[in-house]
Amino acid sequence: MLSIWLNVVVQGILTGLLYGLMALGLSVIFGVVRLVNFAHGEFAVVAMYAAFVLFRAFGLDPLIAMLPIALAFFVVGFALQRTLINAFVGRPEHEQFILLVGVAIVLVNAVLIVFGPDAQPANLPYAFDSYMIGPLLVDKVRVYAAVAALAVCAALFGFFRFTRTGTAIRACADNLVGAAVVGLDVRKLYAITFGIGLACVGAAGSLMITIADAVPSLGPAYTLLAFTIVIIGGLGSMAGALVAGLLIGVSEALAGFLIAPSMKSMFSFALLVAVLVLRPQGLLGKKPA
Amino acid sequence: MISLWRDMNGRGQVAVALAFLVLLFAPVAATRYLLSVLTLILYFVYVGQAWNLMMGYAGQLSLGHALYVGLGGYISAALWVHFGIGPWLGVVPSVAIAAAFGAAIGWLGFRFGIEGVYFSLLTIAFAEFTRIGFDHIGFVGGAGGLFIPYEESRLGEWWNLRGSQVFFYYLAFGMAVLAVLLTALLARSRLGYQWLAIREDETAARALGIDVFRAKMKAVLISSSMTAVGGVFYAFYYNSLFPAQLFDMSRSIELILGPIVGGTGTVFGPVIGAFVLTPLGEILIAVTEKAGINAPGAKAIFFGLILMAIIYLVPTGVWPWLSQRLGFARRRS
Repeated sequence: MLSIWLNVVVQGILTGLLYGLMALGLSVIFGVVRLVNFAHGEFAVVAMYAAFVLFRAFGLDPLIAMLPIALAFFVVGFALQRTLINAFVGRPEHEQFILLVGVAIVLVNAVLIVFGPDAQPANLPYAFDSYMIGPLLVDKVRVYAAVAALAVCAALFGFFRFTRTGTAIRACADNLVGAAVVGLDVRKLYAITFGIGLACVGAAGSLMITIADAVPSLGPAYTLLAFTIVIIGGLGSMAGALVAGLLIGVSEALAGFLIAPSMKSMFSFALLVAVLVLRPQGLLGKKPA
Repeated sequence: MISLWRDMNGRGQVAVALAFLVLLFAPVAATRYLLSVLTLILYFVYVGQAWNLMMGYAGQLSLGHALYVGLGGYISAALWVHFGIGPWLGVVPSVAIAAAFGAAIGWLGFRFGIEGVYFSLLTIAFAEFTRIGFDHIGFVGGAGGLFIPYEESRLGEWWNLRGSQVFFYYLAFGMAVLAVLLTALLARSRLGYQWLAIREDETAARALGIDVFRAKMKAVLISSSMTAVGGVFYAFYYNSLFPAQLFDMSRSIELILGPIVGGTGTVFGPVIGAFVLTPLGEILIAVTEKAGINAPGAKAIFFGLILMAIIYLVPTGVWPWLSQRLGFARRRS
């Protein structure tokens, strides 16, 4: 009996790492550019379809396809920030919201036209392999995807901590005026940040195809999921996004197991409301000055 | 209301009077299809106006207004289907329960200082939570939906909201006109000015002695109650209710697009927005069908692009720009 519980929790943790990576992208954009990316989940779904096509057409494993997709998403994000979104930085939230809702609508419906409304499973050859670790039975795909997600997160943490660009971006987030005063090219750094955010979501989406079927309607659901995670974890806290991703992953897995899979996101929203009320800055967020 | 009229110059007054008369006599000439489009437009004017009070005037961005539409619709429909309680009576508990939800969201949000994006997310969370909840409530049909049966013998019972297209048209027209008048009234009231002060600078408003919490709560209560009445209309007009349709986030977005495109915080913004967007949607459907594009997403893509264009080019909305262009606004000192 205990082993079933353990299995459910481990599965939740592994899924939660992917959620965390996706939310990390949102957190980075939100924390630095102060922009509400309401098209985040839709970008994740586009990445899922990209990985799906690369696998079906060239047999490219999503774990490898993740790299070119993330790169392409970085370029898209950089260009998008430079052209369209930069004009909206600092504008009222509802205006940013409408712009990105427009982007989201275009993305999700383009996917709908190209691939149709039906779920598309990737059918990886090793989809049903699993590891036996004592009483635990863990799917190989989930382990691979989780490890890959961790690797991307580690790379990102390293980038922000140890590179000059990463440090400069953190400076923009901490003190925008100060950053501009010391001569940082804020516009360019914003574009890089948006690119990194989308690269995260590109990588997360590519990994997501290994454990979930691609459906256009996942877009809005993932947007909500990413926002829930970021706010639970704490705005602008990268570690918070990961922790909250794990939390939501486990809570979804448990709710799906104990009650009904269709009710799993109810618990995420309940968690969200609880966090907003009890600790509005999020689990790992800093208290506002 | 009178001040709304006085604020317009002669041109504006003529335009508003003309539009009113055209809409009043539209059923005489309009086809059934045109009338159904007009009904939909007027419905969006009504719910858009309800949202506009909260966002446009009080500055609280709710992205979960589908919650109130859904509650209003579901409660009135369930009372009718299960207990035979007519909507004229059923509207009372519908509004009360929707207002209670609004009060809960407002209380949580305003008491605990949940602001901006966080507040918006709180409203979405409540709507999604309720959607999933209704999916699992067997009493109202769960995910399979709740249906108001069509009964030939009841068709004339206007007091039970059973009637023809023309009847629903005039109902929507009446609701839209009342919503516009209420907005105009509130905009010039003490409460309306308090809302504006809060929208512009909450700290300053508090420093002036405005009870910010109270004023914001009033905004949520008025807005949620009004929206719930729209939900009752929706239920008895369409006769079928699905949680995935009523409570979905896309519904909340659909509802707020009109006022945003038309111009939030203005009396006529939501009106213009609805009159621009709804026909645009209908035209896009017709055009894509004519062009033989049998793609369900084509219309939505155009819609998304148009949204992006409007918010990029005229971020304050079409109405302020239009009224200036057409010379409707009386010059203010």
